[in-house]
Amino acid sequence: MKNSISQIKKTLIEKKISVGELYDEYLAKAKSGNNNSFNLVIDRENNISSINDSQNRYDNGNPLPLDGIPLGIKDLFCTKGIKTTASSKILSNFIPNYESFVTQQLLNDGSIFIGKNNCDEFAMGSSNETSYFGPVINPWKNKNSQKDNLVPGGSSGGSAAAVAEGSCVASMGTDTGGSIRQPASLCGIVGLKPTFGSCSRWGIVAFASSLDQAGPLTNCVEDAAYILNSINKHDFNDSTSSNHQREDYLIDINNSFEKKIKIGIPSDYLEDVSDDILNQIDNTKKALSKHGIEFVDVKFKTTEYALSTYYILAPAEASSNLARYDGIRYGVREGGESLDDIYLNSRTKGFGDEVTRRILIGAYVLSAGYYDAYYRQAQKVRRLIKNDFQRILNEVDFILTPTTPNEAFKIGDKLDPISMYKNDIYTVPTSLAGLPGISIPSGLSKNGLPLGVQFIGNYFEEKSLLQLAALAEKELSFNE
Amino acid sequence: MSNNWEMVIGLEVHAQLKTSSKLFSSSPNQFGSEPNENVNFIDSGMPGMLPVMNFGCIEMAIKTGYALNFRINKHSVFERKNYFYPDLPQGYQISQFEFPILSEGYINIESGDNKKKIRIERAHLEQDAGKSIHDIDPKYSFIDLNRVGTPLLEIVSYPDLSSADEVINYISSLRQLLMYIDVCDGNMQEGSLRADVNLSVRKKGQELGTRCEIKNLNSFKFIKQAIEYEFQRQINIIDGGGEIEQNTMLFDTSTGETRAMRSKEFSHDYRYFPDPDLLPVNLSQEQIDKIKPLVGELPQDKLNKYLDNYSLDKDIAKIIIAEKQNANLFEKMISESTVKPKFIAAWLVGDIFAFIKENNIEVNSLNDKTKDITDLLRLISDDVISNKAGKEILPKVLNGEGKPSEIVQELGLEQVSDSGELEKIIDEALVGEEENILKFQGGSDRVLGYFVGKCLKATKGKGNPKLINKILLERLKK
Repeated sequence: MKNSISQIKKTLIEKKISVGELYDEYLAKAKSGNNNSFNLVIDRENNISSINDSQNRYDNGNPLPLDGIPLGIKDLFCTKGIKTTASSKILSNFIPNYESFVTQQLLNDGSIFIGKNNCDEFAMGSSNETSYFGPVINPWKNKNSQKDNLVPGGSSGGSAAAVAEGSCVASMGTDTGGSIRQPASLCGIVGLKPTFGSCSRWGIVAFASSLDQAGPLTNCVEDAAYILNSINKHDFNDSTSSNHQREDYLIDINNSFEKKIKIGIPSDYLEDVSDDILNQIDNTKKALSKHGIEFVDVKFKTTEYALSTYYILAPAEASSNLARYDGIRYGVREGGESLDDIYLNSRTKGFGDEVTRRILIGAYVLSAGYYDAYYRQAQKVRRLIKNDFQRILNEVDFILTPTTPNEAFKIGDKLDPISMYKNDIYTVPTSLAGLPGISIPSGLSKNGLPLGVQFIGNYFEEKSLLQLAALAEKELSFNE
Repeated sequence: MSNNWEMVIGLEVHAQLKTSSKLFSSSPNQFGSEPNENVNFIDSGMPGMLPVMNFGCIEMAIKTGYALNFRINKHSVFERKNYFYPDLPQGYQISQFEFPILSEGYINIESGDNKKKIRIERAHLEQDAGKSIHDIDPKYSFIDLNRVGTPLLEIVSYPDLSSADEVINYISSLRQLLMYIDVCDGNMQEGSLRADVNLSVRKKGQELGTRCEIKNLNSFKFIKQAIEYEFQRQINIIDGGGEIEQNTMLFDTSTGETRAMRSKEFSHDYRYFPDPDLLPVNLSQEQIDKIKPLVGELPQDKLNKYLDNYSLDKDIAKIIIAEKQNANLFEKMISESTVKPKFIAAWLVGDIFAFIKENNIEVNSLNDKTKDITDLLRLISDDVISNKAGKEILPKVLNGEGKPSEIVQELGLEQVSDSGELEKIIDEALVGEEENILKFQGGSDRVLGYFVGKCLKATKGKGNPKLINKILLERLKK
């Protein structure tokens, strides 16, 4: 088991290690790592004042909540003065002059950024193979074919791999249709997607605005609570940021529930799944039943529509969100004889195939004559999916599902987009509903690869969701 | 030739709202800054930037709703209008499409001697784009993003207008109303108010023809020219056996001609969809009601008041209400003095406006001189000085050269209204005029004028003519 944030803080408080030494330790791993999990690492001298300030606070006995903790940041968060590429050629030279709201909170709480994590280009992908900077390799190997390089999942694949390989304590990811939870599951770590509206989107390169949500990828549930405490704040600059009262997610995290808890398992999610996956659900059920938690069968009416709804709405928003990358004001510009040529060349050469595909799908579903049949219809279905979740969450406290339909697969294995899209079948519905979901490691497959289960809670009920996940984690934890 | 033809016109008027900051960013909303000075990360479309609605724009839209008799919608939605252009950094314009904030309004305009009701389909809020400048350098275009995100209210009329004059009356009335409620500065030269004209032609009584849209007209002169040219162009095409293509036209101000910019075939598919970065605007009745008192008196209310309460002539009243600042100046003078409103009004539209025009000054710049002006008007209406002397003194007062009473004294322009003194002068003037006196008594009124003139001359013009008249009559009738 890797060290948790609270354990690391303890060693720093007890002066068993300095902030600088800690940073060096992780930096060395990040630099030597051959999983391509970072697009950029930050040398100690470039973080020296943060390191010194942090050490001073430890020396003065008043460390901040995340003081000195080396974090990875998905290369989708704008970081002031640090290159932010969204793993795309078109932004490969872009250095923002501002800090995203979420990363600013993490800096305010004393954490130190070790680098920018590789990810799928503009967060579009489920295997981290669409990155302009090359695929990320999953630190885990199939015990039956050790030489194969496996995908870490995506789009926050670099974040998941970096945490799993130990080159950062935790990483900030983003989740649009499963981009935190799915890679967390495939890399054997914890991934939390908070309720839409919890964490500000300000300063995050937008993919699909109505779905994008920042969240942590961590070694344990408690670490996720540490990070959530820092980033979950109202932001006036994000109109979709909720201004509800935030809680302290650490306070009750190790306590058992006072009331009787009921968890629904959607049986329709479990049709045609492998034994590996069924085992995860069974293990979790057994583990939690010991704590008096009740499990009931629930049935969704909308599951079969979720993926197609998602692959209309997300590309539609993306096609518009990515219009600003035109080579005019920033980013890579390709020359041309006319303005149209500059647009065409910059965007054709600047975007990879998957991004281009989604822009085209998005433009198509929004175009005159198709809008009603696709976009408007998908919006209606999205509402039905929300209602469906609401109906079930009126009956149960949480929903338990697999996080992914399969273990990590070989790089280059899934070539057709549809089979890739199907990897998000369990995470997409939650995203459409805007609900919080957390994936925790639940066991190993027959091939010795990690798998996870997903708990889904009600809107803004991350506190009890984390509490449940922490309870399950204690029972399910496995060693590499 | 064009006698049997009539034009059918609908207008899209873009009014720039007078907010201090932009529609979705905190950059200043002001004209005339250095290029790209009023631009922040949101305006320049940097990655990860998000719009935040300026509620002041909603309040101004609601005010407009009241002034233009609109239905104010409690639910409206900002959508993205997607197209590529270098002066549109986001790659889309945020506008309202399916659910505008205002629906189904109207205003009444004058058409010849009649009133005509012009129906307005909708008005919606949207961001302006930046400016592309193509004529500074032969090789490069330049982009000024200052205007990006400036709040616009687009006011879309029904095709209820049928002449260039009506169009101009309609835009003038809109402009007047928007300036009255203080949502737009009405400065057409700076582009604060500009119009797209949709025009089609038809033989009287026949069905609507195919329309062309003339974009971005920002002066009454150009609007009139463009309409007249386009009207004739369409008639010529049809008379020549051709058909009108639905085109977007540009008006060339140097030639006075319209020419096609793009045809419908090449028109953009804007792929509108609700902006997921913004929540729908949901207003409570209370929020809407709260704005009503801020609308204030509209031009028509003032006109009625001036006619009924102040007994002004209609023509004079109309001149005063034409612009809110005139009306404000007028009402300030009324509130500060007991001089009759009608008397004040006559001087305002006469000598005071003439002074403003001659010296090319702002009406508002006289707001701190109203006390002096009414003091002067009081002297005139009380016959302390003559009308003529008043005209002489007014420019000095408006130039701030002193208090009216001081100037009167200084120039010795005070009227002689002392009847004892005047009687003496009149008696002297009548000496040796027996013949003329007899003529007067014989019924010749003209002689009275001769005597008044003689007496005034004797007072060096300072004698009160009314008093002289009165005393003369008494003397002559004896």
